[in-house]
Parts: sequence; structure tokens; C-alpha cells
Amino acid sequence: MTHPNDGRPRGILGYGTHVPYYRLQRSAIAGTLGSGGGRGSRAVASYDEDATSMAVEASRVALRSFEAPTPAAVYFSSVTPPYLDKTNANAIHAALNYPGDVFAGDMVGSSRSTTAALSAALNDRRPVLVTAADVRTGRPGSGDEATLGDAGVAVMIGSDADAPVIAEWVGGASATGEFLDRWRQPGWNYSRVWEERFGESVYKRLVTEAANDAFKSTELSAADIDKVIVCGLHARAVRGAAGAAGVGEVPIAGDVTGAIGNTGSAHGLLALANELDSAAPGQLLMLISLADGCDVTIFRTTDAIADYVPATTVAAQIAGGNDSLDYAKFLTWRGFLDREPPRRPDPESPAGPPAERNVAWKFGFVGSRDRSSGAVHLPPQRVSVKGGAVDEMEMVPMADVEATVATYTIDHLAFSPSPPTIAVVVDFDGGGRFTSQLTDADPDEVEIGMRVRMTFRRMLTANGIHNYFWKATPVRDGA
Amino acid sequence: MGSRGIKDQVAIVGMGCTRFGEHFDRSIDDMIIEAAHSAYDSAGISQDDVDAFWFGTLSSGTSGLTISKPLKIDYKPVTRVENMCASGSEAFRNAAYAVASGAFDVVMAIGAEKLKDSGMSGLVGATVADDGTKTSVTAPASFSLLAPAYGEKYGVDRDTMKEVMTRIAWKNHFNGARNPRAQFQKEVSKEKIAGAPKVAGDLGIFDCSGVSDGSAAAILCRAEDAHKYTDKPLFIKALAFTSGPGAGPLDPDYDYTTFNEVSRCAADAYEQAGITDARNEIAMAEVHDCFTPTELVLMEDLQFSKRGEGWQDVLDGTFDLDGELPVNPDGGLKSFGHPIGASGLRMLYECWLQLRKEAPEDRQILSVDKGKNLALTHNLGGRPGECVSFASVVGSELG
Repeated sequence: MTHPNDGRPRGILGYGTHVPYYRLQRSAIAGTLGSGGGRGSRAVASYDEDATSMAVEASRVALRSFEAPTPAAVYFSSVTPPYLDKTNANAIHAALNYPGDVFAGDMVGSSRSTTAALSAALNDRRPVLVTAADVRTGRPGSGDEATLGDAGVAVMIGSDADAPVIAEWVGGASATGEFLDRWRQPGWNYSRVWEERFGESVYKRLVTEAANDAFKSTELSAADIDKVIVCGLHARAVRGAAGAAGVGEVPIAGDVTGAIGNTGSAHGLLALANELDSAAPGQLLMLISLADGCDVTIFRTTDAIADYVPATTVAAQIAGGNDSLDYAKFLTWRGFLDREPPRRPDPESPAGPPAERNVAWKFGFVGSRDRSSGAVHLPPQRVSVKGGAVDEMEMVPMADVEATVATYTIDHLAFSPSPPTIAVVVDFDGGGRFTSQLTDADPDEVEIGMRVRMTFRRMLTANGIHNYFWKATPVRDGA
Repeated sequence: MGSRGIKDQVAIVGMGCTRFGEHFDRSIDDMIIEAAHSAYDSAGISQDDVDAFWFGTLSSGTSGLTISKPLKIDYKPVTRVENMCASGSEAFRNAAYAVASGAFDVVMAIGAEKLKDSGMSGLVGATVADDGTKTSVTAPASFSLLAPAYGEKYGVDRDTMKEVMTRIAWKNHFNGARNPRAQFQKEVSKEKIAGAPKVAGDLGIFDCSGVSDGSAAAILCRAEDAHKYTDKPLFIKALAFTSGPGAGPLDPDYDYTTFNEVSRCAADAYEQAGITDARNEIAMAEVHDCFTPTELVLMEDLQFSKRGEGWQDVLDGTFDLDGELPVNPDGGLKSFGHPIGASGLRMLYECWLQLRKEAPEDRQILSVDKGKNLALTHNLGGRPGECVSFASVVGSELG
């Protein structure tokens, strides 16, 4: 759809996803509780991940995939925002090293937030980065616990003035209804739902309305649509949505829920990304989102998608998972099992002023390089460790530089929600050394010479403060 | 410019040391009083004879008041120093300089630490408000980095490295078993050491020094006055201290098989003392065996072993109580225990006993009888790649 203000084609410029490394096999739930679970697996955010950190990782995949413009705004959508009051998108903004004149804002709390962010971005005329991620839980043994999943997604929306549009926004429509389907009070770690047949009936009506309006406004018909992508947390309504929308004969997008679960706020865009990974030019993709209403958004892939090479694909991230996570560890990570900590002092939270002074380092993993010797310093230093030159430094972003393990140890004493921790001394390609934690790795697989990359993580939470920083993780396929 | 040293200008004329261990029944005040008065008695003086005091502790108190209040010091200068695990050595070093300067006639250096009241496992460091980006690596984990790096560099396989580490722990327990002041006074079999639960890397609990409470003190005066107080003074031959750029965590050239701070510090100390062949000239050494791989690397940094050969010397028993160069004859940090601020002075206390031939018969070293009269103490604080290092040489003869 061309924008009313400037007449330029507008849509998706690039995208990235983050499917966390760990999977919980649903059979592990019944194995412990005697019931629940089911077949397949769900993606599980590691103990050091949250919605913000996964949105950062997804954004980094997006930004590695194309020549991305600096956006005018960063939006973050989640029903599991790590903070209230404090804007979560600012950490994403900082991790991506965006300048201060880039707006950052949250659309968080409820399940329609991702559509809100996407709609705001599409109706803007500047480049906008839309991010969404959830860490979904349910009470042990519940359907939510088994069927939901954790993931992040990022989509850069803009016009062809910013970068080639790979999927043009064709249009869409919305239908809103006030009805009781799913709700959760702040502080609850699980959702409640009304009897599902009621929601199914309301959703069916809303889907029909939105689809009809979308076809009317875009002058398209069901026969024009190449693929339908349906997302929503009401499983029965989602299953019936294509029929209700009149596109029951159109191929449905690949279903990833069996492998990673329904990833909530991320799910619609993640499923769209999965289609874009292999889409040919000229395809009409219809995204139907069921969340306290129905939102239909139609994209048409352009010729530019043929030249778009994603840094990794959803399929590769799904295939790269580790499904050996045991259920007790899953429950511990999500706070359902209160485990005995080591006899060590409680971890300290970061302090505000030094965190703000060092924001480029802490959030952006930006070091300094001595112009005289070339030595890279992590964290940035003013006096060079090679030759002692003073204030001859230039800032050097290191987050996307890979590194090699120089030496390592397994620390059984350090405080961690998931002991033991693995400490690695890593040497970066082209210079620079850092002592880091190694995450998403088994202690038995660590060795000198192992290749690692950096990943944005939540190191710990103390005093209600989330300490975001970077860890090393093994270079693996799909990351 | 230069590190000139104060060789033979200052003497140790009295020492005191508490037993180290879990003193749940005693306060830091109790231990300070015991160590201080033992030192006064040893030198045959009273507290009023001491003109100034230097007190080392990591975290068991702040300021000179920590000792002046329990000891009821009569309005004299008291300096509290802190240099991590080398705090006791730092108190000693600065006290010695004060005497050498001529400012005071008689001074006391005392160190003390009360660790077991915290209720925590291992050491609990003071925290400074920061940006949360320092990777939290515990002390055993950071020193365990030495083992795989050393093995990799010198082609020593993992099992052999573990054997070397076990040998060091076994030796220090053997020595501590002959020391009534040690925290752990039991020999421990190599099988038990090697089979202990892992703390970090290949370090088991027996590869780690004891967390303990304790205090130790020394009385110093000018060398020419030493015989007023004792027939058998020790003379300070060298005092060296280094604190570096902390290059290890920054610089890929650092390979975790050495402490640059220690090798530089040792070279300075040997220069001051006129030592050219440390392995043969020194009767004994007390070194900072906070973890067993530390002692291995120190054997090379202190020039007792050639680079890459320390592990073999350890296995050959070179540093055993009856070996060519006894290291940590008192049991070391491993067995004597490591109340941080007291440890540097505890090391000197063993030199005091051994060079004066006052150690218990079953751990008196034989090298002293062979005419060797020099002893080394080495104390470090921090971790591989970023530490402070202290070395002293003391001797029982002038010249």
C-alpha cells in the first residue's frame, strides 16, 4: 500500500527471529506429573533470557541480514515485559547502539500489543523497528505450560526510500469486540481463560468481519491469497479462523507450534518470517491475528525478496535446538521451584550512574581500540594496555565479532540460577580479550579453541533491577 | 630512580601468631590481643615500648581503631593498610620502611582477619557500586584457569596436572599435620584429595586454602638495636611489591601460565638481597598457595623451577619438607589456613621459627643445618592476570 503522505510503497524491509536454544519435550511434563504435556516440544528461554533480551537477539539477526536504516522508532511488544514503569524498549535501543534521537517505546501487557506496534509502524512513514517477545508460563501441568513457547521477533518496517521493501503492505482491516476470553492480573504467573466455546464463537464472528472488510478495502478476494498465517492464543478459534475468513481453501503457513509452541506476542510475525525465509516474489500473504479482536494484514512479496539473504532462518533456529532440558530445570528457571542457593552472598544489582556512564559498553558491547597500537580493550580503557598511549582510543563495536576460547573453567561456587556457571576467557578475531560467562552450553562441550559469539542476556535480577549484559555462546548452526 | 631496598637495616625481634581456624568462640579483638601480646613477650617488651603500629586486614575492620581500641594503645600512630590477600605483608613492609627511615625505634606490624562470622562459603569480597558488567568468577574458578592453560602450554595431560595439584595439597597437609597452629592438622591421602567434590575446573575442595580466622604480629627495630631484644633476630634482606596494569583480562598475549606481577616482584627482591640462584641459596619459602595450581606456577615465577619444569619438580618432591627447597613447611595457606590480613605475617612467623631452629622437631627443615640462612615469603592478592604481589627475603645473619 502506498502511504497517503508520500505515495511510496511501504512494508517489510527486513526481519529476524530468536528461538531460544532449549526445548522442553512435552512428554517430560507427564513423565514428572503423571499427566499433561503431549507430543512435540516447546521452546524455552534460558534462565538468563527474558522478553527484552530475546527481542535484542531477534533484532540483531534482522540487522545482520540487510543494510538496515537507523529507524525513527523502536517498539517493543510483550505480555511478559521484564519491567513495569521503566520502558523496556530502551534496553533494546541501547543494545543496538541507536542514537538518542531514535524513539523507543513499549506496547506491552496485553495480547493485541504486537498488532498495535505493527499497525503504528505501517501507518508511520519513517523506518520503524517492531520487536516482540514473550516468556510464557502456565501452572505446572496446564495446557499453557505445554503449548506455549518462548521466542522473539523483530521486523523493520519502512518504505523503499529506506531500503528495498521485500514484502509490501497491501492493506487489511480490524474488528474489535469486548468479551472475556483470556485474562491475567499483574503479578500472576499464569493466565485464566473463559470456557473456550464462548470465545470461539465471538472470534469466528470477528474474523469474518475483519476478513470481509480487508478484502473489500484491498479489492482482493480469497482466490488471490497464496498463504494464510493465523496466530492467537485461542487454539480452537485459530484452527477455525481460515474457514471463518473465507480462505479455507488457501494453503496454511507452516505450523511451528509442534516444535517450539505458540510463541504468543512473537508468534504471528515469527510465522510470517518463517514464510518470508522461502517466499518467492509476488506472493500474497494474509496474516490473521486473533487477540481480543481480529486483525487482518496482507503483504505482497516483491522482487527484492529474491535478493534478501536472512542471516539465519526460523527453520535453522528450530533445528538447532537442544531438547534435553529436564522438567525440573524448566520449573526452576521459571520460578515454579524454589531451589536452595549456594551459601554465598546475594548477587548485587548494577548501580544506576555507572551503568548510564558506560551504556555503550554495558548494553552495546562497544570497546575501545588504541589507534597507536591497534590493541582492542574490553571494557574500553583510556590508557592503552599496549604502549600506554593516553586517550588515543576510538570506539569499536564488538558484539558481532566472533571469538575463540583461550581458557575456561567450570565454577561450582558462583551464584547462578542454573549452576554450575562456565567462565571462559575469549580472544576476539582481530584483537581484544574478555572474560565472560558461556551460556547455552554444556560444561562437557567446552574446550580451548572453541568458537563463540556474543549474546545479549539478563545476567541476574537483584533489587528488582535486571542486569543486562553480554555472554559468550558457542557458535552453532541456526544462531 | 631504582628499587634500592633496605637490606640489613631492619630486624625482626619478636613474633606472635594465633592458631588459625574456625574460632567461633573468639572475636577479632581476642585474636589481635593474643597475637600482639605474644609478639611483645617474644621481644621482651611491653606495648608502651612500641612507637607505631601498622595493621593489615582485608575486611575485618577499618582504620587504626580496629587494633587501638582492643589493645588500648596509648595515643600512638596506627596505620591500617589493605592490599587484598597481601595486606599482612603490606603492613610489615610499611612498618619496616618506617624504621629504616629513622622515624621510629620500635614498631609492630600486625594482621588479622575474621572470616568465619560471615556464614558464607569461601571469601566474601567488599563490593563497589558498578555497572554490572564484571563477569562474576569466584576465586577458585579464576585460579583454576591456570591448570588447563599450563597443561596446554607444556604438554602436561589433564591427569598429570591433577596429580601435580594433588601432590601439592598432599605435601601442605603433611606439613600442616606437624603444626599445632594450623587450621588442618591432619595428613590427607592423595586418593581423598583427588576424589574430592569439584569446586571449580579441576579443583576439588582440597585444592583450596582454608577459610579461617587468625592473627599474627611482628616487632621490628633497627638492625643495630636487634640484640637488645633477642639473640636470634631476623634481618630484612629484601622487600618487593608490584601492582600492574591488570593486563591479563585485556591482553590476548597473557596465557595464564604465569603471574607477571610475581616474576617482576621476585626479580626485584633477589636483586635487593643479592641472590642470583634462588633455588640453591634459599633455605625455605613460604608462598601464596591459595589454590594448588597457584603454588605450581609460583615455583617458576619465583625462579625455583625452570619454565615448564615446575610440575616435574613438584612430582619429584623438590619442595617437600625434606626436599631440596622446602616450600610451605608450615602447611601454607592450604593447611595453616588463610585469614587474609594475617597470612603474610604468618609466613614470616614460620621463617622466624625455622631460621631460629625453633620449629617443632618433626617439621624443622634440614637446609638450615647446611648453612642456608635465607627464607622467602611470597604473598599475592587478586587473580591471574590482575594481582598484587609481595616478596620478602629475611635472613638470620647480617651481610
